[in-house]
Amino acid sequence: MSEQYQARIPIYPRSVKGRFRNLKWAVLALAYGVFFLLPWLRWERAFGPDQAVLFDIPGRRFYLFNLLVHPQDIFWLAAVLIILALLLFMVTGLAGRVFCGYFCFQTLWTDVFMAIERAIQGDRGARMRLDRSGWTAGRLLKKGATHAVWLGVAFLTGLTFTLYWADAPALTAAFFTGQAPFAAYATTGLLTLTTWLLAGVLREQVCTYMCPYARFQSVMFDRDTLIISYDRDRGEGTAGRATLRDGGRDLAARREGGVGDCIDCDYCVQVCPVGIDIRDGLQYQCIHCALCVDACDAVMDRLKWPRGLVRYTSEHALAGQRTRLLKPKTLGYGVPLLLITLLLAWGVAHQAPLDASVSQVRQPLFVRLSDGSIQNSYEIKVNNKTQYPMTLEVRVSGLDGAVLDMGRIEQVTLMPEHRTTLLARVRYQAPPGAARQQALVFELVPVMPEGLDPVLVGSQFILR
Amino acid sequence: MNEPGHEQQSAPGKPGEVETTGHVWDGDLREYNNPLPRWWLWSFYATVVFSLIYWLLYPAWPIAGTYTKGIAWINYEVEGESQRSHWNSRALLVRDMQTGDAAVRQREFLQVIAEADHDTVLSDTDMLAFVNSYARGIFGDFCAACHQTGGAGIIGLYPNLADDNWHWGGTIQAIEQTITRGRMGYMPPYRETFDDQQADAVAAYVLSLAGHEGGDPEQVSLGGSIFQGYEGGCYACHGREGLGLKSQGAPNLTNDIWQNIDVTGAQSHAERQALVRDLILRGVQREMPAFGDRLSPAEIRVLATYVHQLGGGL
Repeated sequence: MSEQYQARIPIYPRSVKGRFRNLKWAVLALAYGVFFLLPWLRWERAFGPDQAVLFDIPGRRFYLFNLLVHPQDIFWLAAVLIILALLLFMVTGLAGRVFCGYFCFQTLWTDVFMAIERAIQGDRGARMRLDRSGWTAGRLLKKGATHAVWLGVAFLTGLTFTLYWADAPALTAAFFTGQAPFAAYATTGLLTLTTWLLAGVLREQVCTYMCPYARFQSVMFDRDTLIISYDRDRGEGTAGRATLRDGGRDLAARREGGVGDCIDCDYCVQVCPVGIDIRDGLQYQCIHCALCVDACDAVMDRLKWPRGLVRYTSEHALAGQRTRLLKPKTLGYGVPLLLITLLLAWGVAHQAPLDASVSQVRQPLFVRLSDGSIQNSYEIKVNNKTQYPMTLEVRVSGLDGAVLDMGRIEQVTLMPEHRTTLLARVRYQAPPGAARQQALVFELVPVMPEGLDPVLVGSQFILR
Repeated sequence: MNEPGHEQQSAPGKPGEVETTGHVWDGDLREYNNPLPRWWLWSFYATVVFSLIYWLLYPAWPIAGTYTKGIAWINYEVEGESQRSHWNSRALLVRDMQTGDAAVRQREFLQVIAEADHDTVLSDTDMLAFVNSYARGIFGDFCAACHQTGGAGIIGLYPNLADDNWHWGGTIQAIEQTITRGRMGYMPPYRETFDDQQADAVAAYVLSLAGHEGGDPEQVSLGGSIFQGYEGGCYACHGREGLGLKSQGAPNLTNDIWQNIDVTGAQSHAERQALVRDLILRGVQREMPAFGDRLSPAEIRVLATYVHQLGGGL
C-alpha cells in the first residue's frame, strides 16, 4: 500500500537576479508602498474624516479620495468584481498566470518573507545545511530571528489592513494604549497569524492546494496563451541534454553532435518557488513567476550562448506556428470588459446627489375627509449623498388641484450623509367621473445649495 | 464479478505519469494515487478538535426531549432584572434588545421626544421619522387588532383614525387622553321614543345636514323640529348645527364621514335613509379600552403623535 498522505517536500528556492526579478521587485515596491502608506494619506473634506481612503462600516459609507460610496452604490461593487473577473480571464487567456506571478499578495508577501529568510539564514545551500544540522544554539537563533522578523512584518500587515477601517493615527494610538475596539485587535491578530502562516510557513502549499484561482486559470489557457516554457527542441536536441563536462562548452560542437543546449545545471529548478522542474512542461503548480527564465538567461549569458532556452512563449510558437492574440476569445472578454468599465465610469460620474423614493401608504390606500376630498398618504425617503448640507422642499405636480400637506414641515435640511423618512399627505377634490387612479409627481427641490436639479419621483393618487 | 487484482504499485517515471496504488479492476482500470498533503490531514483533525470544544461550550446535541446545553453562559437583563442562561442566540437577542447600543440609543431618543413639547416634535423631521417608525410597532401590537394597520378602522365597529374626523378630538393631548383612559361612546336607542314616521324624518334631516339631496322636504323639516326639539333632543349632544360635541364623543353630522353605517356606499337615498333610521332606532354603544397601565407615558406620547399625524392633524 502506498502512502495516502504525503509529507511536505521542503523547498529551498535559490536567489536569482535578472530582468523579471527586477520587474517583480518593482511591482512589490509599488504594491507595498500603496498598501502601507495609503491609510496615512490625509485628504481635506468639509464634512467627514480627513483620511483619503476610509471604509467606514458603522457609518455605512466608503471614502475614496473625493468619491463617497454608499450602500446604494452596491452595483459599483458588482461592476468592479465583474471587471476584475473579466480582466483576470482575459489576461490569463493572453499572457498566462500573470496575476499569480506578479500581483498576487501570496506571491508578494512570500517574496518578502523569503528575502528575510535569505538575509538571516543565507541562500539555498546555507539553509539546507542549517536544516540538516542539529538543534544548535546558532540554528535556534537564526530560526527564531527569522520568525520574529516574519511576525513583525505580519503584524504590520495586519495593523495596516485594520487602519483602512478607521482613522489611522487615532486607531494606531488607541491600539498601543489598549483603547482600540476589540474588532481592531481581532482583525490585526488574525491577519498577523494568517500572514505569518501563509507567507512564512505554507507558501507554495497555498497555491498548490488551497487557491481556487490557481486551479481554474488553467481552463483559460489555449495554444496561443503566453506560457513560461522550456524549448524542448533546443534544449534536448536529438541526443538529450548534457552537462558542460559531458557535452562540452562549444555550442556549435554540441549541436553538431545532436546534444541539446541545456547544460542540466539545475539552476532553473533551484530558483523555483513551487519546487517544479520547468523542463517537464506546463504544470499546474507553476505560478508563472518567470524566475526560471532569469536563471536560465543568467547561465546562457555566462556561456555567451543565446538566451531564451526557458522563455515566455506559446505552444503554437514552440511548434513553429503563429501565435494569434486577436481572436474571438480575446474579443469576447475585451468587449464586455470595455462596456462594463465605461458603465462604471458613467455611474461614478453621474452619481445622484440626492436619493429619493416615494411609496404610497397602502393601508388605507385612500381616506375620505370631512370636506369630501380624498386623502392619500405617502412615505418619502430622502438621502443626502453629497458631502455638504442640503435643504429641500417637497412639492407635488401633475395633478391639478392636489394639495400637499406635510404638517408643519416646510423644508427639510439634511446633513451630509443624512437620510430621513417623511410622511406626506395629498388631498384632492376629485371632479365627478374622474378616473380611479390619477398620476402624481413628487418634486424634491433642493433650495440650498442652489443649482441642483430637482429629483422627480412618479407616484399615483387613488380616488376610490 | 471482477475482484480487484494487484500489481506492483508504480511510482511516476516519466513526466505526466502518476503514481498508482497497485489496485487493478477489469484488467486495466488502475487507481491513481495523488496523495493529499499530510498537513491537510492535520487540519482535518484540528476541525474535529474544534467541534469537540464547540460541543462542550454551546448547545449541540439533541437528546430525546432535551439537548446538551454546553457550559458557556450568557447574562442578560430583562426590565432591570438580571438573568442567566446557557448560551443561546435567543438570550443574545434579548440582551441586545434590552442593553444593546441601539436599544439604549432608541430608548434615550424616545425619552427626548416624550419630554419635548408637541410643536418641537411636529416640526422636526428626525423626531417625526422616529415617531412614525417606533409608534408603528406599538400600533401594530396594541391598536391594529381593532383599528387595522394604518388606522383605517372598520365601519360599524372601529373608527377610522386616518381621516380628519375625530369624535373625541384630534389634538395630541386629546388622543393621549383617549389612549390612557379609554373612551365610552353612547347614543341611546330611540326605538321606544320614535315611531317609524318620526325616525324616517330624523334620518332625512340628518342626511340633509351631511349634504345629501333628495330627501322629502316635509320629512326633512319634521325631522329638524324633532332633532332640535324636546322630543328628540338630538341637539343636546350633536349640537344645534349638528357639528357634534367632542366632550361627549358625539360625531359631527355635517360631513359625509360615517363611522357606524356605510352611507357613502349606499346606492339610493332611500337606502341611505333606511341605514340612518335603523341606527337611530338601534342606538350606538362603543368602548375603547384604557391603555394607561399597559403602555408607558413615553410610548403613549409617540403613539398619540403618530395617530394625530395619520389623518393630518385636527
